[in-house]
Amino acid sequence: MTDPVLSVRDLRVRFRSGGRETQVVHGVDFDIRGGETLALVGESGSGKSVTSFALMRLLPEAPRCRISGSVRIGGVELLELSERRMAAIRGPRIAMIFQEPLTSLNPVHRVGDQIAEAIRFHRRMSRSAIRARVIELLSMVGIPDPARRMHAYPGEMSGGMRQRVVIAMALALEPDLLIADEPTTALDVTVQAQILELLKDIQRRTNMAMLFITHDFGVVAEIADRVMVMYAGRIVEGGELAEVLSSPRMPYTRGLLGSVPRFEDAGLRSGPLGTIEGFVPSPDALPQGCAFHPRCPHARPGLCDVDLPDLTAVDGTGHRVRCLRASEPLATENTEVPA
Amino acid sequence: MIRFLLHRTLQGIVLILIVSMIGFAVINLAPGGPLSQYALTPGISQADLERIAHQMGLDRPLPIQYLDWLSKLIVGDWGSSYRDQSPVLSVIWRHMWATLLLMGCATVISVVLGTLIGVLGALRRYSLFDYVATVGAMIALSIPTFWFGLIAIFFFSLELGWLPAGNMYTVGDQSLGDYAIHLIMPSAVLALVNVAIWSRYMRASTLDVMDQDYVRTARAKGLPRWRIISAHIVRNALIPMITLAGLQLPTIIGGALVTETVFTWPGLGRLFIDSLGYNDYPVIMGLLMFSAILTVVGNFLADVGVALADPRIRLG
Repeated sequence: MTDPVLSVRDLRVRFRSGGRETQVVHGVDFDIRGGETLALVGESGSGKSVTSFALMRLLPEAPRCRISGSVRIGGVELLELSERRMAAIRGPRIAMIFQEPLTSLNPVHRVGDQIAEAIRFHRRMSRSAIRARVIELLSMVGIPDPARRMHAYPGEMSGGMRQRVVIAMALALEPDLLIADEPTTALDVTVQAQILELLKDIQRRTNMAMLFITHDFGVVAEIADRVMVMYAGRIVEGGELAEVLSSPRMPYTRGLLGSVPRFEDAGLRSGPLGTIEGFVPSPDALPQGCAFHPRCPHARPGLCDVDLPDLTAVDGTGHRVRCLRASEPLATENTEVPA
Repeated sequence: MIRFLLHRTLQGIVLILIVSMIGFAVINLAPGGPLSQYALTPGISQADLERIAHQMGLDRPLPIQYLDWLSKLIVGDWGSSYRDQSPVLSVIWRHMWATLLLMGCATVISVVLGTLIGVLGALRRYSLFDYVATVGAMIALSIPTFWFGLIAIFFFSLELGWLPAGNMYTVGDQSLGDYAIHLIMPSAVLALVNVAIWSRYMRASTLDVMDQDYVRTARAKGLPRWRIISAHIVRNALIPMITLAGLQLPTIIGGALVTETVFTWPGLGRLFIDSLGYNDYPVIMGLLMFSAILTVVGNFLADVGVALADPRIRLG
């Protein structure tokens, strides 16, 4: 097995504001190999975006935010780099695409110039070579008439087209790792499918690793090789895509899966869409024990509200779960009697 | 774009007409009047006064006087000063370049310093520098210009003797260095308030831009810090400043009024005050019209500037 492109160990993120410190990521570990897509799934506020920004070191600086643990890419420890050396990593090693295609481009610069800028500060290339590369990138992400469209301003493009520009920008230097932070959330479903297809296609050609952040298991099923579910700053379940989708062990994962609307369900099954009652707890006031127990239909008093479960392996497949009751025999939703 | 320019030009012309009407009416309705100067002449008779009034066209109805004045104004005859009979345009022209020199210096200082202080304050928000700049700006904005000017004259001219207390040049010298030394104090006094205003606006605008998603994108691209600041933060933060600069253009007349008086600077501000004292209506009206035109032109230039700097405005 090849060495992982990205290796994250015990990643912790703490924010400080007004003299109070709040920890939002509580020790996250994972690896991603070349050509592989790892999906990081969770509700808003689960810490998935903060985790991805921590990898890019795009969070506020030291007194306001502290990151500890280890983030290694190609043997380089990112958390120890100076800001200047980190800037040299961003682009050629890790690149990122964002959730808001409408605001992630600078409205006053032409899109071609914004892509060219991503190349210019990392590679010694002539003006004409950069121009050729920009046109190549724009056509790769499926923008028609790239030699003309490169002179357009972001305001002249639709959301889907702008997201393609952002993707072209991220891919400009053929990064080892692409972090995609909910890149399709703000887009129409048809455009969403096109963008996912585009990312998969590029990945097939470049063997790039991808960390895909989303709250939508529908998207996960489309794109991921492996899945990690995050809740309240911790990984609560992880494993191969098929394994997690077919036999989710953590009640939270099951809740997320149950809340995905399915096309084939329409008209066939009546009844409301599955929901998870309640809200993600505030990082200031995490409940004792398993952070999910106040919302969990299977929580057992005296057990789940006392000890924090470890992330433990289930039957040697690499499937890991953070749940004290995961080893109990699986019960179907209907026969389960809440204790 | 052409439609937009035409539209703004028409708007400007209407605005200038309205200002001219109101200005003309207010000045002529005010007590006193041009004849009051002559009324003080010893031995002058009522018949003499009426003859002068007739000569000057002052015995006609006000709307007729206005239309007469306006029609001449359009063809470039802005009337002549009551004081020395010289044409109003040449009187304004003579005083304008002194004001331009002073305002030009002050504006360059305030734009450069103000932008720099504002950007640095925003980049190092809540640092010692930011606090000093904030408090400094509040103090500068609170000090009355005339007081600060007098204090500056007291220290640098009377006590230390480093700088001249007033005027634009030493009679008989008029070298470049002589102009420069006379410029230092009035332009510094004038710039003080403007640096404060400019730096506050620039700081707010920069902070606004720093939170934008595209700045995060620029960082994610691995651009060097100076490039992010220059191309993505300051570049965008300066756009609202163009409007501010346009609005400051007419202050060429009003803005320097106090400073010119304190430093006996022979500019438009002094001319305005003096003309008021003499009831010199043609010059007062001339300056009023000049100021109105500058306001319209300033706004117009600001709109064009913003459109050039911001494709969202240009193409939207």
